[in-house]
Amino acid sequence: MDEIFDDIERWFMSGEKVAIARVVDIEGSGPRDPGAAMAVNARGEVAGSVSGGCVEGAVVGEAIELLEGRRQAGITSFGYSDDEAFAVGLTCGGTIHLFIEELDW
Amino acid sequence: MTSIYERFRDSIRSEVPVALATLIEGPEVGAKLLIEESGFALGSLGGEALDRVVSRDAIAMLEAGTSEVRHYGPEGEARQHDLSVFIECHARRPHLVIFGAVDFTRALASQGKLLGFRVTVCDAREVFATRRRFPMADEVVVDWPDRLLERIGSDLGPRDAVCVLTHDAKFDVPAIMGALPTRVGYLGAMGSRQTHEKRVERLLEEGVTSAELERVRSPIGLDIGGRTPEETAVSIVAEIIALRTGREAPSLSEGKGSIH
Repeated sequence: MDEIFDDIERWFMSGEKVAIARVVDIEGSGPRDPGAAMAVNARGEVAGSVSGGCVEGAVVGEAIELLEGRRQAGITSFGYSDDEAFAVGLTCGGTIHLFIEELDW
Repeated sequence: MTSIYERFRDSIRSEVPVALATLIEGPEVGAKLLIEESGFALGSLGGEALDRVVSRDAIAMLEAGTSEVRHYGPEGEARQHDLSVFIECHARRPHLVIFGAVDFTRALASQGKLLGFRVTVCDAREVFATRRRFPMADEVVVDWPDRLLERIGSDLGPRDAVCVLTHDAKFDVPAIMGALPTRVGYLGAMGSRQTHEKRVERLLEEGVTSAELERVRSPIGLDIGGRTPEETAVSIVAEIIALRTGREAPSLSEGKGSIH
């Protein structure tokens, strides 16, 4: 998580709100272990990662919704989807559970 | 007042082991409790009893360095599922102690850094154990292996590793004998099969039991046919990983064939 602090500091300094998504659990195959974290500001800028690039795009969407007050802090899960080529999911076949919240603590 | 985030950030940056517990399912989603090894705590998950139980669990998890979701009852009761708490642990970096300031050491020290180890290089010979030769190491110590292990041995644990690369019985034997009484997770010694046989003889003469010797990975590394210092370093760190994860990987110490 230490690699994302610099960006978070910069965003805080310019008065921006920051959302943070952390991997809390994985089932089956998953690219990152629990604790992997990704921070997102309201403009959609990203620091860190929570997978091998499979779900980051969707997480940015969730994070912006959260910062705009359109969703609550909570668990969001992504699994494997083989029927829709462009659906968000992990290509490795696992399920990843993320906890997404505003970094206001 | 320092916020939980600030304390968390500063602890990670200054490498103070720290755990952050977040309530992810329950009445107060997002509630936080920060816990340090010393018992220092900041924040609350919503109740004293719950905080106490989670702190105790977090301190135990810090030693292993694992992060996971735990379930509790409203008062922290075990085997109940009312609350889910994600406990994120940032343990101290594992420690890799390399004895012998040889060419292989340079490659192993670099590999160790790549994997996030704190790396110490130790050799009794002043001309070899220099900062200039090992700029990547966190510390370079001029001393006898047994004396260094007397000082730091009690701090070594299951996530740490001791690699003896001197392949000179004069240094190898005290290094291995110094490491055996510690809790270090990985203990390996370099050398050809012939060097290994001779070293085993010396160690047995010194009173080491054959049960104790089973802990020593010798010849060190996985059987991947590595030859150069860099390839050998890969085979050693791969063996360290395989031991930690409990995976079947062919170790040189289990085979009989040629090393290269």
